[in-house]
Formats: sequence, structure tokens, C-alpha cells
Amino acid sequence: MDFFEHMRLQQSRRAFLGRAATGLGSMALASLLSPASTLAAVKSSLTKEDKWRGIVNPLHFAPKAKRVIFLGMAGGPSHLETLDYKPKLAELHGQPMPESYTKGQQIAQLQGQALKCFAPQFAFAKVGKSGQEISTILPNISKIADDICIVRSMHTEQINHDPAQAFMNTGTAISGRPSMGSWVLYGLGSECENLPGFVVLISSGGGQDQPVAARQWHSGFLPSKFQGVMFHSKGDPVLYVKPPKGVRDEDQKSVIETVNSLNGLFDQSVHDPEITTRISQYEMAFKMQSSVPGLMDISNEPQSILDMYGTKGGDGSFAANCLLARRLAERGVRFIQLYHRGWDHHGGIKNGVTTTAGLVDKASAALITDLKNRGMLDDTLVIWGGEFGRTPMAQGDGRDHHIKGYSLWMAGGGIKGGTSFGGTDELGYNAVDNPVHVHDLHATMLHLLGIDHERLTYRFQGRDFRLTDVAGEIIKPILA
Amino acid sequence: MIYRKDIVRKFTGLILIFTICLTSLCLRAATISDSLPKVIQFNRDIRPILSDNCFSCHGPDKNKRKAKLQLDTKEGLLAEIEGRHPVVPGKPDQSEIYRRIISSDPEEVMPQNKSGKTLTPRQVALIKRWIEQGAKWEGHWAYNPPVRPAVPHVKKTSWSKTPVDNFILSRLETEKLQPSAEADRRILIRRLSFDLIGLPPTPEEVQAFINDKTPQAYEKLVDRLLASPHYGERMAMSWLDEVRYADTDGFHADNYRSVYPYRDYVIAAFNTNMPFNQFTIEQLAGDLLPNATISQKIASTYNKLNRTTEEGGAQAKEYLAKYAADRVRTTSTTWMGATMACCECHDHKFDPYSTRDFYSFEAFFADIKEQGVAKPEAVPVPNEQQTAELKKMDQEIANLQKALDTATPELATAQLEWEKEFSDQAPPKLSDWHSVGPFTAQTFEGTFKKPFEPEKEVDLSKSYHKGKDKWIAHPEWTDGKVYNGLKGDNSATYLYRTIEVQTSQSLTLLLGSDDGIKVWLNGKEVLSNQIMRGAAPDQEKVTVRLQAGENKLLLKIVNGAGDSGFYFKTGDHAPDNILAILKVESGKRNEAQNPELAKYYRTIAPALDSTRAELAAAKKRQDDFTKSLPTTLATTTVEPRVTRVLPRGNWMSEAGDIVTPAVPAFLNHSISTNKRANRLDLAQWLVARDNPLTARVFVNRLWKTFYGTGLSKTLDDTGSRGEWPTHPELLDWLATEFMDSGWDVKHMVKLMVMANTYRQTSVPDEKLRERDPANRLFARQSSFRLDAEFVRDNALSVSGLLADKIGGPSVKPYQPAGYWDQLNFPKRTYENDKGAAQYRRGLYSFWCRTFLQPSMLAFDAPPREECTVERVYSNTPLQALALLNDPTYVEAARVLAERIMRDGGSSAKDRINWTFARTLNRKPSDQEFKLLNDLYQEQIEHYSKEKADADKLLTEGEAPAPKDINTPELAAWTSVSRTVLNLHETITRY
Repeated sequence: MDFFEHMRLQQSRRAFLGRAATGLGSMALASLLSPASTLAAVKSSLTKEDKWRGIVNPLHFAPKAKRVIFLGMAGGPSHLETLDYKPKLAELHGQPMPESYTKGQQIAQLQGQALKCFAPQFAFAKVGKSGQEISTILPNISKIADDICIVRSMHTEQINHDPAQAFMNTGTAISGRPSMGSWVLYGLGSECENLPGFVVLISSGGGQDQPVAARQWHSGFLPSKFQGVMFHSKGDPVLYVKPPKGVRDEDQKSVIETVNSLNGLFDQSVHDPEITTRISQYEMAFKMQSSVPGLMDISNEPQSILDMYGTKGGDGSFAANCLLARRLAERGVRFIQLYHRGWDHHGGIKNGVTTTAGLVDKASAALITDLKNRGMLDDTLVIWGGEFGRTPMAQGDGRDHHIKGYSLWMAGGGIKGGTSFGGTDELGYNAVDNPVHVHDLHATMLHLLGIDHERLTYRFQGRDFRLTDVAGEIIKPILA
Repeated sequence: MIYRKDIVRKFTGLILIFTICLTSLCLRAATISDSLPKVIQFNRDIRPILSDNCFSCHGPDKNKRKAKLQLDTKEGLLAEIEGRHPVVPGKPDQSEIYRRIISSDPEEVMPQNKSGKTLTPRQVALIKRWIEQGAKWEGHWAYNPPVRPAVPHVKKTSWSKTPVDNFILSRLETEKLQPSAEADRRILIRRLSFDLIGLPPTPEEVQAFINDKTPQAYEKLVDRLLASPHYGERMAMSWLDEVRYADTDGFHADNYRSVYPYRDYVIAAFNTNMPFNQFTIEQLAGDLLPNATISQKIASTYNKLNRTTEEGGAQAKEYLAKYAADRVRTTSTTWMGATMACCECHDHKFDPYSTRDFYSFEAFFADIKEQGVAKPEAVPVPNEQQTAELKKMDQEIANLQKALDTATPELATAQLEWEKEFSDQAPPKLSDWHSVGPFTAQTFEGTFKKPFEPEKEVDLSKSYHKGKDKWIAHPEWTDGKVYNGLKGDNSATYLYRTIEVQTSQSLTLLLGSDDGIKVWLNGKEVLSNQIMRGAAPDQEKVTVRLQAGENKLLLKIVNGAGDSGFYFKTGDHAPDNILAILKVESGKRNEAQNPELAKYYRTIAPALDSTRAELAAAKKRQDDFTKSLPTTLATTTVEPRVTRVLPRGNWMSEAGDIVTPAVPAFLNHSISTNKRANRLDLAQWLVARDNPLTARVFVNRLWKTFYGTGLSKTLDDTGSRGEWPTHPELLDWLATEFMDSGWDVKHMVKLMVMANTYRQTSVPDEKLRERDPANRLFARQSSFRLDAEFVRDNALSVSGLLADKIGGPSVKPYQPAGYWDQLNFPKRTYENDKGAAQYRRGLYSFWCRTFLQPSMLAFDAPPREECTVERVYSNTPLQALALLNDPTYVEAARVLAERIMRDGGSSAKDRINWTFARTLNRKPSDQEFKLLNDLYQEQIEHYSKEKADADKLLTEGEAPAPKDINTPELAAWTSVSRTVLNLHETITRY
């Protein structure tokens, strides 16, 4: 039985039993009363739709994390300027890249050009008690070195932004497949009544702004209730969340109550389980009209917190979004995904990374610290990284896209802080030491959430699809 | 030691589990065996079990097959492997598969424990009984060409209105179920209208149908709707999902490309009831048909609807591989319901499609002209009227050309005079250039327009700007070269020279300039072009008439910013061949020379000046018109590219075999092998009478459109993991009927909606809800939410805003500001359409793949990046927010409120009745009336006090607010109409 049939049958039986149990007599009586009491009567004659508690119920094993905050560094941050120091590359600066690395390999914009080594542009320092090696361009992330695990052996399969982002989100470059946030929501459901369970926030600045398609948070072939909802910094934070001009909240409430009462009355003649769902969705919509502005209103945040993130809020910056991410996490949102579209440094990488890191570094660290101070880091998995890395070879004074080796970091729920895992070769080209594929990252993320990635499946066109396709190994050494 | 203990514990545990399983198996065996079908049917009962549990290791994928055991073929099931047989007909105990599935030995039991799969006791019993009954094997149902079954007899013959009903009813009689009662007429017309045209009926149409007591009333209604031009729009919607029609190219920058003529072709094809086989052939291979019409070329846009990229750094080879694979996925899913997508990397796990099949299928499309990384080539596709206009323009041009080509006595006389004058002429004498400048004004335009001093009078001895700028001679400037190096932003430089001739004559000047240019001859302006450009030869050409003696030529070169320069050359005195002829005395010229000279003369004859100007204008008009024509991505065929099998889909590999076009090897194929097969062959194979898939797939999807669920629920998978049809005979009967009728789509639609099965109520009684909750037996109709487009169309229709136009470029409905902020290359702002274009059907909404209009997305419209056969029907808070707050629906509500007040009578009772008739085609109950009236009373009280709020609400959207209606009242009725537009019933087809 598929998902829909399952839900439909469940609702159909429940709605029928509920109605039979309560009896219909009360309805006629209620109709003499106000809309609100009619609604109450209608609702009592229906059983409330159960909220989605996840297909993995009970969980496959005890979870370490309850939610994920994915800080997407869109455009492809250079690992060589941020998390993966390669002194050898400095030695070879300006010299031809050894052909043994590049022969027969995929190349993006450097196709047909002379390939020369390009030195790391920033000094690195060993930081924290753990002595993790991090670029000096990330002074704040350096301060949380003991909380994070740096993975230096990531590799992926797609070399252009759009398909690479799709690969990072869905585990394939083919469109129409669910994003990881949708999978997680499908697997676990949401803990939040009044907000979507999968929220996306986007900021930009510091490099050329690569587009980010809504496909990246689409639910693909999964039911669309698992789709991510993008929160906007301009206009309504959630599209259409505000009542029309000239309609006060109480007018909107009257309209919604009347809609629900009429729907309830109508259900008496058609016995359509979809109506029960429709009624609860209108209730949720109404709640969102206040919960969303409540979420966005940061006036109750103390100045010290605003200073720590480096934001006044409300400006759509990465810092403001990090603060919102914490607020979303507090409210039980399951999957929070940020994108910062500023890492595509084909040219001028020194200035570019300086600017982008300046926009991202402080708030990333603040988020970890803030979660930690609130005791939430323990059950929140934070992942910081892009769709790919950048070439050890120069593209003018920048770097091209690179998929054979790059870095990201993780922190929180079940991750061993203050550690590094995996590594690239001496020029930062290939992940050679414990390579971690995107599927492995996904498998590990699901594992920390209590899900066996091989058992979270959905049948589509005759195949039981997984986020991890037919691969994925859990990266056990980084687990706490 | 610990290690060993652990194993022992595990083993004991397993034995325990198996013992329990076995015991329960025996206990339940008796009850299970009673519930099994008497005669086991392999396809219905056994194949799904094998496919789900066994095929991934013992199926069609030869590379993953374990123990040489293949259970998806008859040969494989009966084969002898190391002295044992998977299946011995009649003897379960000797059949290895049965022995393995009941085995309690963890080493032996199948499916293996680590697979996570287990067979239910019922499944085990089914397999046992199947073997006992002789293990009769059947080819997969979908791969045998459909054979027309006899229409079954039924007891309740009076109920059956069409053969469809016999099939449904005979099953119901077997199941001892009664069909449901017919829905009332109000529901029927509403259902038919949504199903056939995607729009609600008007109250007048409802009344007329209810009042029509003739026996043909229902059929007349069906025929009227099938003849409506909106039928094509309705049917196009799902087809456009399948072929992934969209207005943007999908990858990365997701820019606009024009393909709407294809959308209009699809609408027209359904409206004119184009046979489906022709529809298929034209889309896949319209361009390959002999004397292909414009319409057929437009149809071939199908092949180019895939996503494409322009992203810098993308590799053409990689993207060509992506496009090719996409075409296989889309074509095989759309026509065959085949999940060939799997075979891009490996042989199919469940169905007999191989990797070689995948790439051979790809090869059919290898002749499509395209680049891996580029904006696809737009092909102009004029409609009939535009074609006529083009023809008219051709004619006009031809007429003018003819006038220029025609010799007349007058021209002959003039030519003689010209020849005389010419022979007397010495070549013009040009002085050196002199220049002065720069002269500067505030802006480029100001500089261009301002007459600086040299423009009024040229005096080479004069100096300007307090003596700073003087005329400078340039003996170094030779003609026919570009000179850059003039200076100054927003500046003009003047160039001057004289031209001396002995007799009056014409001279052609060829010029170039950076940026703008003006030219005067003897103080008279002969050229002016205010333009921004770099200088190049022959940007301008002007023919002047020189007077005998000295002529004064003045140029003004106007620069915006940066470098500035010019180019100058005089036209040839005459071409060499003409000069040669002119040297021959007129009486001694040969036969060829006279007409050649006359022809040349006509190109310069002053008498024809105006005709030449007319010709130039006509050509420009035609050129402009051609540029304004609609374009689409019609397919152009080129020499096919080499197609290889890509190992595990790796586009970089050149190791795989080269393949030529071929259809999947296991399916019947009637493609001749004399030449390389092409797209036309593929299309003809898809619609060949013995193709087992196409007709079944199409009628199954039609059935879903009108009944809510397909006869096989899996509309996109006809393989072994697809669902065995609930009514296989009906599906085959419909498929053969479809082909035998000449692939007549309207015939099939009518057949389905005329059936009594279709006319049943969608409200189940309690018994039916228990027995068949998912309505797979069709003892009632189904109810389902309207599709995204129709949710919009319905609101616009009942409010009266809907624009009736069919086709044309896509339009932009309201969309929240900033929704496209994440797009780039280039950044773009969304501007919604104004006027009637704002109120077009959802079908025409601009389909931006990466950011689809949010209300459409909320109601489950797919982004159309991939082939989508079945939309999901979700029910979410975002839908509530869209219906409540999207300006489209708020505006529709306030315009509907205006109609309520104008047309709905004067009492609240009348008005609420009118609103219900308009939106729901029924009367409200007393309770419903009371709820809405209470809302109205509450709202009128508020808006009377807060008139400003009313005014605000009434300006939502662009439709003008009425000036002659009391605004608080209108606002309060808007609250009522918003409520009604938000009802579940309003957006549901029952």
C-alpha cells in the first residue's frame, strides 16, 4: 500500500468512526448558534486529523540529533583558502600542475587552458585545544574549532552549480527527486505545529550570485506536504501569509471559521476524508499568520545576542538568517537549510573569500555558540559546506570548480567535535584519505537522526528510491 | 570467545524466530487457503511476488544475477541448475523456490535475511498453489499485444449503457456489490464540465440541463462540451506535464525560450480530434515528414522541450549526454509507461530492458541539431495569416524589383545622356582632410544636436576655444582605412575636404564612425545617424550629386566616451566590367554588353530613385515582420552523432559499444533494417497495431482523468512492478477499441463519460466505504481536487474575470515581489500582465521551471523539469494561504461580490442563493445561509465603521473598483465571496 492509500484509508475509517460515535444530531442544534460554536460542533463530529509522525516510526535506532541546520555555502567555497591547508601548493605556485593529477579529469571553465598551481591565499593556524588547522580568514570559526569536525575528503559527481547543488540535496542530478529535507520530514515528521517542518533561507554577497533553484527544496515524487518552504526577507516572509489589505486578523479569523464550518456541514453529505484535512490545514494557515511574524520579530532578542551574530535582523543577511535558524530550531522545525550565494570565486579569490568569509564566519560561529549555550547543540546537527570545492589550479587569480576533493565541517548532535577526518593529496586535488562521498554524508546525517538510510525508501516508477541511491556508508569515526 | 558466543546467541535467536514463524504459518494455513483464488493467475498473483522479492538478484539484470537463477522468464523458472529445478510443475516439494521460501535454515531461506524482505504466509500459499496447479506461466500482461476480449454478460442488463459498464458490472456482480445510484443532474453537469473543459458550468447551463427532459439530454451535453474549444485546453494540461512543456530552459540561469506555438499545437490537436497516432508521429518526427507543414514542424518541438544549459564551464559532451538520456526517459514514460531510466546505468532490475536498449533508444534522437551548452536555436513559425502576409510582402518586393529590371524608352534615352556625360568625366579630385575639435556639450545627444561653429561656416584659417583648437591638415589620412584617435567624451570633431569635378555627377560615399555621424555637402545635410558604435568600413552609404567645380564636404563625428574614429571611401566611379563596356563604342558592343550596361544604368538611374527607395523600405518591412514572428524550438535534423553505450552512465567514457537506433529488443519490432532507423520509424513503431504498450498506456491515463484512478494505478510503470490492472479485460478492450477507432481520442473520452459507471454518485455508502475504500472496483465515482490550473480558472470564471482567448504567448499572473530574486544571469524582475492578459487560464501562465508561480506550485503543478505522468493531490496550509491571500483570489472575490450586488437581487437571502448557484451550482441549506449571513452582518458592521479598510480591500488587484456601489457593503460581500471561493466543495470535483 502506498503512502496515499495508507493515509486515505486511515482517514476514511477514522472519520467514519468519529462521526458514528458523536452522532449527527448535535449539528442541527449547533446551526442555531454562532459560526464559532457551529465550528466547534462540526469539529467535534470529526476526529482531528493526526499530524504526520513520520514513516520511520518507531525510529530504526536511538537518534543523536532531532533536527538539522544545513548552512549551504553556495557557489563552492575554496577548501584551499578555508579548511584544507596545502603548503606544497604554495611551493609550486605558478608552475604547471602535474599532469598525473589532471589527465583525463573533468574540467569546468579551465577547459583547454594551461593548468598552473595557485598558492593558498591565506595563512592557516592550529587552533583550539584540538589544534585543528583552519584558515586565518575564518577567525570566529577558528574559535569554535573544538566543537566542530572538519571533513577534508569530500567528493561529488557534478561539476556545474545547478546539477551539483541538486546532487548535494537529492543525491542525483536528475530532476524530480526529493531533497534531503523532504526525506527527513517524510521519515520523521515535524515537531512544530505552527510552522512548516522544512524551511529554507537564502542570503547573498561576496562573489557572483549563482542562482539557487526552488528544485533544491522540492519534494520530488514524495507528497508535496514534505516540500521545503522558503522564507523571504522581502515582503511576506512566507508567501501569502498576510491577510489582504483592509482585512484585519479578526476578519480573517471570521472568514476562516466560516469556511471551516461550511466545510464541516458539507462533509455530512459527502463523507469525504479530505475535508477533515482541509479544515485542519485552514487552522494551521491561520496559526501561521501569527506564528510567522512571531518568528521573524526579533525585538525580544537581547543586544548581546544580536552582537554575537553581528546583525540587527530583518535584512536578509546570512547573519540574520543564522539567528532565524536558531529561532526555527527552538520552535521544533525539523530541517533548516540556509544558502549563502557568495562563494563562486573564479577570479580575485583573495578579495572574494575575504568578503564572503566576512559575511559568513561570525554568524556561523555564533550559531554554534548560541545553540551550545542553550543546550540545543547536543540534539541539533549543523553542517557547513558547499556543493563542491575549487581547483588547486589558477583561473587567473581565482579558482575553478572542483569535485574530486573538498572540505566541510559538521557540529552538534552526535558529531565528535575537535576532530578532523579524511584528507586530500598534497596539492588538495584528490580526496585520498578516507574519501567521503555525498551519499556517505547523507547516510551519516540520517543515521544521526535515527534512520537507517537503506530502509528509508519510497516506491516511484517501480523502484524503491533512497536518498543514498544504492550507496552510502556511515562515517563512523566522526560519531561521538 | 565472546565472538563465538555472540554467533551462537544470534543463531539461537534466529531458530527461535523461525520456529515461531513456522508455527504461526501452520496455524494460519487453513484460513489462508480458503481465501486464495481458486485458479491462480501468474500475472495477477505470482509475478508481483517474484518481482518485489526475487528479481533484484534473480531477474533481468544479467550483471547482478546470483546463482545463474533467472525467475523472470519461463525458461529460467523451469531450467535445470545443478540437478535442481526452480519450479517443477505440480510438485511444490521438488521445486527449489518453494523449498527455499519455506526453509528454516538461515543459510538457505529466500529471500535472504539481509535483504530485509520476507514473504507473507499468504504469498507462500499462493506460490504453493500455483505450482500445484501446474505452474502455468504467462508473459507479462503489458508486453503481449492486447487482444479484444468479448464483452462480458451481466445479470442486470438494464444498468449497462456501454460495454464499459458490462466490464465493471460483471466484476461487481462477482464481488456481490451493487453499483451506486446515479448522481443528480447538478452534480453530473458540474462533473462533466470540470472533466471535459476544466471550467464550471454557469447557473443557466445547469438549469437548462435539469430542464431538458429528452432522453438525449445527457449525450447532448457531452457533445456540446466535447465540441467546446476549452476541451483542447483541458486535455492539453496533462499532456504538457508529460512532455515537460515550460517557458524557461531549466538549468542554472533558467532563461526564457519561446515554445508556446507547441502548446497551441497540442490544444488544437485535441480540439480537432487529431488521431493519436498522427499526434505521436508529428511530435516525434514532424520535421521528417515529406513536405512537412508549419504545424508539423511546430509539433517536432517535442524533441527539444528538455532542459538546456548556458552555464559557463559546462561541458558540451556532458550536457548532450544529459539531454539524450532525458529524451529516453520522457519518451519511454510518456508512450510506453516504461521505466527505462534505470537502464542508463545498468540493465533493468525488474523488466527486460537492457542498457543497450537504453542507448539504442537514445540513438533515435542523435540527429537532432543542438549544442550542449548554448541557447537553443529559435525557428520562426508563422501562422496562416502571417504566412499570407509574408507572401504579400514577397509579391510587393518582386513587383518593385521587376520595375527596376524593366527597360523603357525613357531609360534608354537617359542612359545615352549618362554615357556621354560619363565619357567626358575625369575622376573626382579630393583634397586632403582637415580636422578640428573636440567641441563638447553636456551629453552625447546634446553634442550631436548642437551646431558648433564649423557647422555654420568652414574657414580653415579660423581657430576656436581661444586659439587652442585650429584646423589641422591630414595628408597622412588615406581613404579606405579606419582611423581611431579622435578625442573627448561627449565631443564632436569636424572633418573637412573638397571634391572637384568637371561636370555634375553622382558619387557614392562609404562611411563609418565612432560613434554618431553627420555629413553635409555644400552646406546641405545628406546624412545623420545618432548612434553608439565602434568605427568600421561601410557602416553608412550615401549617394550625392556633385556640382561642376568645387564641392565642400563636411563630416561631424560625435563621440560618447572612450575612443573615437571614422572611415571614408568614395564609391567606385563605376565597376570594372562597366568601365570596360563603356570603352567600347556603343555600336560595337556585343549582345551581352548592351543589356549588362542597361542593367547597371538602371541601378543608378535618377528616374528610378524612388522605386529603389520603395524596394529598400519593403525589404526592411519584411525583415522587421520576420523578426516579430512567433518562434519555437522546432527540430532540425542533421547527420546523426555517434551514440555509445556509456558504462554506468559515464559520459566521459568512450569504452562502450557504438549503437544504432533500435527499439527494446524483447518487444516486437517491425522496423526495417535496410537503413539506419530514425525518429519516424520510432514513432510508427509506437503506434503500430501490434505495439502492446502505447494504446494501453494512453487509455489507462484517460480512465484516470475521468475516474480518479487508473485501471492500473501505476500510470507510469507498465513493468512488472507496475500494478496488475484491476480490470485487465476492460483495459485491453479499451486499448483495442482505441486503435480500431483510428486512435480517436474524442471517441474514447465519450465512451468513458457516457458509461453509467461514470454517472454514479461519488458519495459511498458505509458498506462500500468499508469494502472498497480506495474505489478500485468503481461501484461509485471518485471525488478529487481540481488541478492547480483549474482552481485558478474556476475562481476567474465564477467572478466573470476569465479571458476567453485560446493560445498565444504565455502570460504573467500576479506573483509576490522578489520571488525571482534567487535567479541570475541575468537578474530579472517579474512584471505581471495587465488587462485581459491577467485573467487568462492557468494553462497559459508563464511556466518558470526553477521558480514556478507560487500558487500553482502550492496546488501541485509540477515544475516540468522531468516528465510527470501523475500529479500528487496534496492538501496543505500553503493552499489555504494562497486561496485566502493571493491577489488573484482576493480580486476574483471582490469582482464576484460586485456581481452579487448587481445581479443577485437585493435581500441577503437572494444574494447568498445567487452566490451558491454561481459557484456551487446549488442552493444553500438554512444552516449554510445562516453562517454566511452572520458573517455578512459582522463584516458590514465593521466596514461601515472603518470605510478606509473597505477601500483598501477593494483595490486588491488591477480590475477597476466600481464607483457606483456602496463600498462597506461591497467589502462585506467580498468577505462572503472569499469564504465561498475557499470552500473545499468549490475546488473539488464530485
